[in-house]
Amino acid sequence: MATRAPDRPAATTTGRASHRPPRRFLSHRFDMKVSPYAYVAPFLVLFCAFGVFPLVYTAWVSLHEWTLLSDVHRFIGLDNFATLLGDGYFWNATFNTLSIGVLSTVPQLVMAIWLASLLNRPLRAQTFFRITLLLPNVTSVVAVVVIFSQLFGRDFGLINWVLSWFGVDGVAWSEGALSSHVALSVMIMWRWTGYNALIFLAAMQAVPRELYEAATLDGASPYTQLRRITIPMIRPTIIFVVIVSTIGAMQIIAEPLLFGAGTNGGNIVTGGPDRQFQTLALYVYERGFVNFDFGYASAASWVMFAFVVVAAAVNYLFISRSRGDLT
Amino acid sequence: MSTPRRLLAPVVTASALALSLTACGSGAATGGADAAKPGEKIKLTVALFGDFGFKPLYEEYRKTHPDVEIVERVTKFDDHHNNLVKQLATNAGAADIEAVEVGFISTFTAQPAKFRDLKEFGLDRRKSDYLDWKWQQGLSKDGSTLLGLGTDVGGLAMCYRRDLFEKAGLPADREKVSELWPTWDAYIETGKKFTEAKVPDAKFVDSPGELFRAMVNQAPTGFYDQQDNLIAGSNPEVRKAWDTSVKVVQNGLSAKLAAFSPPWNTGFAKGSFATIICPAWMTAYIQDQAKDAAGKWDIATVPGGAGNSGGSHLMVPTQSKHPKEAAELIDFLTSKENQVKVFKETGSFPSIPALYDDPSIQGFTKPFFNDAPVGKIYSEAAKALKPQHLGPKEALVRAAFGDGIGRVEQGKQQSEEAWNQALKDAETVK
Repeated sequence: MATRAPDRPAATTTGRASHRPPRRFLSHRFDMKVSPYAYVAPFLVLFCAFGVFPLVYTAWVSLHEWTLLSDVHRFIGLDNFATLLGDGYFWNATFNTLSIGVLSTVPQLVMAIWLASLLNRPLRAQTFFRITLLLPNVTSVVAVVVIFSQLFGRDFGLINWVLSWFGVDGVAWSEGALSSHVALSVMIMWRWTGYNALIFLAAMQAVPRELYEAATLDGASPYTQLRRITIPMIRPTIIFVVIVSTIGAMQIIAEPLLFGAGTNGGNIVTGGPDRQFQTLALYVYERGFVNFDFGYASAASWVMFAFVVVAAAVNYLFISRSRGDLT
Repeated sequence: MSTPRRLLAPVVTASALALSLTACGSGAATGGADAAKPGEKIKLTVALFGDFGFKPLYEEYRKTHPDVEIVERVTKFDDHHNNLVKQLATNAGAADIEAVEVGFISTFTAQPAKFRDLKEFGLDRRKSDYLDWKWQQGLSKDGSTLLGLGTDVGGLAMCYRRDLFEKAGLPADREKVSELWPTWDAYIETGKKFTEAKVPDAKFVDSPGELFRAMVNQAPTGFYDQQDNLIAGSNPEVRKAWDTSVKVVQNGLSAKLAAFSPPWNTGFAKGSFATIICPAWMTAYIQDQAKDAAGKWDIATVPGGAGNSGGSHLMVPTQSKHPKEAAELIDFLTSKENQVKVFKETGSFPSIPALYDDPSIQGFTKPFFNDAPVGKIYSEAAKALKPQHLGPKEALVRAAFGDGIGRVEQGKQQSEEAWNQALKDAETVK
């Protein structure tokens, strides 16, 4: 920078007189200033087309009475939002989403950290175990939910069969609110625990070995080492995983939809006849793509977007405030 | 030897790639020619929501129309109709021929601009063939355009398991069984007797959902009046159907297996229920699910009189590139002879009354159902049918009430509370 700075006035003053140096200089400057944008442009273009545009357009649709069966779209301002705030089914879906989110995310992250710390030790066939962790994640969600719906079946399900050994008979997993949330959380945990464990494992491998050696010399147990060294050292990763998991949990749709199809037949989008496991995303789907009330569904998805932002922000503040023991 | 081996993989990959590229190229070329020269091969897509038994008919059609290629596209019931709404709204992706079930027919006939008027292709000459009400269902609301031609009707009967009836000490003979339940109340009484006999692992009925649908369909008016106003709340027939369904639940007659769910399918195979409401098309479904139970099932008359449950129409969306050929194929698929063939193949019952006294139908029996005279049973059911006007949101309204009964069945709500919520849900359907 120091050598180039004096060139600048020279280039502008003598630009007209001598041809070649300034042009090369200009093209260099052009390259420096514009090329980076050209490189990121493909992403931005795609993001605008599939991210920003739908977001803005959805906001526009949400201000209308807009159904797919009619070509007339009447502007009604914020009416859809007003109706939504008084809609019991919407709040029911919000509650279900939070409940399933907490039930799946919390045990999932604890288990992921535990698994990662197990794999972080010298182990035979490490690659094999790491691949095994990732396998549930690469399985199609449809396959996972279809299988789990059968496992959680009331009359012929494997889980009820095992429970019957302990005198618990005929649990109707899909009927109760809590039991269906547990069933769905198990499916979500099955898919994502291993994936998160691998992310934690990558972070753990970057923790300096000397810390553990020193701690071992001081007589710290493995559990103390995990609590006092590992967890504080990988906190940025934990924050990342918590936020990503929260966002994911707020948007769950495939699991309840397919679970409903696997247990309720007919009307599957309501998440059970009492809407006991209908999540927010599924509610948006019901309003938009079964009732074809696009205006209302758009309003619901905007409110859902706001919820996701709030939930992620709350989690971020909560986790970054809770200082680890190391500092 | 080792060098060629090592070369083999990339060479194979490369040639496979080249092949697939040329395949794409030629595919695109014929696609282009397709639109340009109508004289050459025409591709017609037929979108259905289950097995309509059309496959042998396509083969036959191909013989007389070598220039037509038929592609069948089958999606699940709900998805099929939802997709069609989206495809019509975006004006892209619909098939040349779309099947529409009776629960959705009014939704689509309310948008006459989205479908071709089949009168343009001379199909109004088929009017005299059809049951009048079936024909009317395919017309636009003002009756001026013909949007769909009927395939089958779902006249009602009651299928039952002979072996389970015998175990419960009930008569198993189909005439005697029909005598057990002239009314729905008598049906419930029979159910109580069945339950008292404590047949292991079997309930009297699969679930009250389809019973409710059948009972509503038996009434002269259902959820909607002739002007498409929702009258579910004020129509005593709907409430009566509801109360009877609730009674089925309260007396513990239901196996709590929701229709068309995977556990329901398993229930057929395991013999978890002794009776099931049986529109003509259901016979094929039972036969498919309960493969090992041949001869154990039989068919009796339905309590409470005749009614229709299900049945479809075939329609041609305006976006179809070959409406003339599509209309011609519809004419063929719904013709008298072919409706008989479909009936024998799948059990879907014809919507052409002239066939009902035809010996080929009257004399038709099914060994699976203990040689029940299915032709005779369903022609009687279809002849006695009084048509009911179906509203524009029939399927969604029915789903709202189905969920309501589900809440009672799962013990979430009492009958009255569930009814009020179902009614509110039905009224908010736009």
